[in-house]
Amino acid sequence: MKFSIERAVLLKAVAQAQSVVERRNTIPILANVLIEAEGAAVQFRATDLDIEVVDRAAAMVERVGATTVSAVTLHDIVRKLPDGALVTLTDDMTTGRLTVDAGRSNFSLATLPREDFPVMASSEYASNFSCKAAILRRLFDKSKFAISTEETRYYLNGVYMHIADIDGGQVLRCVATDGHRLARIDAELPIGCDAMPGVIVPRKTVGELRKLLDEDDMDIAVSVSETKIRFATPDITLTSKVIDGTFPDYSRVIPVGNTRRLEVDAADFAKAVDRVATVSSERSRAVKLTLEEDQLVLSVNAPDSGAAEEELAVAYSDERLEIGFNAKYLLEIASQVDRENAVFLFNSAGDPTLMREGNDTTAVYVVMPMRV
Amino acid sequence: MPVLCRDCLTQFETGRRCPSCGTPRVVAHRELRQLSIAHMDCDAFYASVEKRDNPALADKPVIIGGGRRGVVSTACYIARIRGVRSAMPMFQALKLCPDAEVVRPRMQVYAEASRAIRGLMDALTPSIEPLSLDEAFLDLSGTERVHGAPPAVMLAQLVVRMRDELGLTGSIGLSHNKFLAKIASDLDKPHGFAVIGRAETAEFLRPRPVRLIWGVGATTQTALDQAGIRTFEDLLRWDKPDLTARFGSMGERLWHLARGKDRRRVSAHTPMKSISNETTFHEDVSDPELLDGHLWRMCEKVSDRAKAKGRAGRVVTLKLKKADFSLISRRLALRDATQMADTMYRTASGLLDAELHKAPFRLLGAGLSDLSDADQADRLGDLLDPTAAQRGQAERATDKIRARFGADAILKGRSLR
Repeated sequence: MKFSIERAVLLKAVAQAQSVVERRNTIPILANVLIEAEGAAVQFRATDLDIEVVDRAAAMVERVGATTVSAVTLHDIVRKLPDGALVTLTDDMTTGRLTVDAGRSNFSLATLPREDFPVMASSEYASNFSCKAAILRRLFDKSKFAISTEETRYYLNGVYMHIADIDGGQVLRCVATDGHRLARIDAELPIGCDAMPGVIVPRKTVGELRKLLDEDDMDIAVSVSETKIRFATPDITLTSKVIDGTFPDYSRVIPVGNTRRLEVDAADFAKAVDRVATVSSERSRAVKLTLEEDQLVLSVNAPDSGAAEEELAVAYSDERLEIGFNAKYLLEIASQVDRENAVFLFNSAGDPTLMREGNDTTAVYVVMPMRV
Repeated sequence: MPVLCRDCLTQFETGRRCPSCGTPRVVAHRELRQLSIAHMDCDAFYASVEKRDNPALADKPVIIGGGRRGVVSTACYIARIRGVRSAMPMFQALKLCPDAEVVRPRMQVYAEASRAIRGLMDALTPSIEPLSLDEAFLDLSGTERVHGAPPAVMLAQLVVRMRDELGLTGSIGLSHNKFLAKIASDLDKPHGFAVIGRAETAEFLRPRPVRLIWGVGATTQTALDQAGIRTFEDLLRWDKPDLTARFGSMGERLWHLARGKDRRRVSAHTPMKSISNETTFHEDVSDPELLDGHLWRMCEKVSDRAKAKGRAGRVVTLKLKKADFSLISRRLALRDATQMADTMYRTASGLLDAELHKAPFRLLGAGLSDLSDADQADRLGDLLDPTAAQRGQAERATDKIRARFGADAILKGRSLR
């Protein structure tokens, strides 16, 4: 195998590969990227056995072939090469090394045989549809903060993507929760997506997917089966197992009878929460919200370290309410709001609170209060 | 050289017997009147309490422990001569000493005896740091004017009073810091009084093994062995940066201890770091239902203690010992600290489920660590577990009923398993 490729193109491909490979793995070949040169393109394939990413890049192929080499090492080398360099990769069959030449630099790297590289079994996808990158980006960006890291409830360690029935039709919906907060994001149902089974997309996959979604108008081909999900652009294919578990019935968690309505500028609110939380030394950083007619007082009282209070002008017309929250949770949901005011709907100090952006019900957040 | 009679407390300057009562039980040391940091360690405490309460046991080997299956918690000195040691599995102890009287521990009685000893120590100094029911550090610095006698005399008197008033014996280690006092109390056991002065500290330590250092367990011991450090003399050859580089914060401490320096104060309020409880079964258990019942009871005990102390913990630990004595320890950090038995149980139960295939087990324990004040605990609800709040209220109500009508007034069904 021998081919030449532009440094920037190579860097993008190996960057994706090195973020997929598992750093602490006991199977050496899983640390490698499989490089296959054929025709006028080179494929870079990396896997951790749960996720597989294949990146195709244009290259001048002199001799076809394939080999595997440490993804992290190759990435580090390419990263340090000067911008605009032309990189030549040559596989020396006799020594079992891969040489990397760029200008006056050359490197010789140990390889492992391509035959040992595990290729993810292909599967039958029940549903294949196309979706704009911007839509997928919104669905996952706005929900991923709520993904749980708790190992015991492993079925919460991802975003639940499924089709949901709403008044007047169906939507493509992403839900994530860790039991303390929940995000529910809806998007118009893409054509051809009707038969899609609901799947839990793992946290790491959500992170890798994000790299495919930078261009708003890019069409992403999505394929879903009961056990796998695949996202593809013309250059990159990301295939991932989904979490084998049942996502809890989140619908009963979302409060419907909350009537006390607070409307506040989300950015002002987030800044104020951040400021008052500074004095709190405890891990949970409880912030108390005291609501009265058109006035919100945020306060923190940490006996050991200090106290803070800040007043905000808001729209609120219900009776007085005192309710506490984890400051981090408030900040995270408030930062999801980007266009209009944040609208909070409260019930009592012990009940879940709902937050949305203006009257937009396609992005709804629920947060559990804490005793203060 | 100052000499003190440990029986009649007479002080004199020379002689190997007390000129006043004639006993050879005297302690002589150049620095006897200057040293003020002491470690008091009761002799075979549980066994001594049992022998005191049941004179028929007085001349028999006595082992305190949980039946045939448990481990030796204390062995009296007669049993120790036969090779029985604390923490030894009971079957092994009984092999060494088949005629031993095995007595079930009566923790409440021991706690009562411990409180009585504490009462005697309180008369000596306010600076007492109990390490367990049967040992404590005492700092008698500056008490000579109050008592009209140097610390050594007061400590000898403490042991006499323990013997006369409580029927229990203890050993005293007297030195100039905690580390050495603790080593000293072990030098002359039982019923001992050993002194390590400043002048001979270096000489005393040099040939001794580093495992004498309190807190050096098997792991550190292995690390020290690998570094070729066996005795304090070996340790002295290392300079501070090398020790810290190799052993981290422990390295710095080792450097000081090698020179007989220990600046830790005797402190009455060492913060509690964890709360735990464990039980060794009569027979190995693999029945999940049975294990579940034990787990609940352990969680309840830990929770009771946390509530009594107003503490809560964020890390729940499950401890299991397999039939081959290998130990499994699993921990999980919660989002919010808890003192509730229910939360602990649910967390530990998940950990237990994952280990069930390793059954049977001979021991099960549960614990809470990363402790904080209870007023910052259990404040966060769980969206996906809407009945958690009700269960919490039920537990609080149960606690109130128990406080009023006794611990058995109300029980969960699963605690009967």
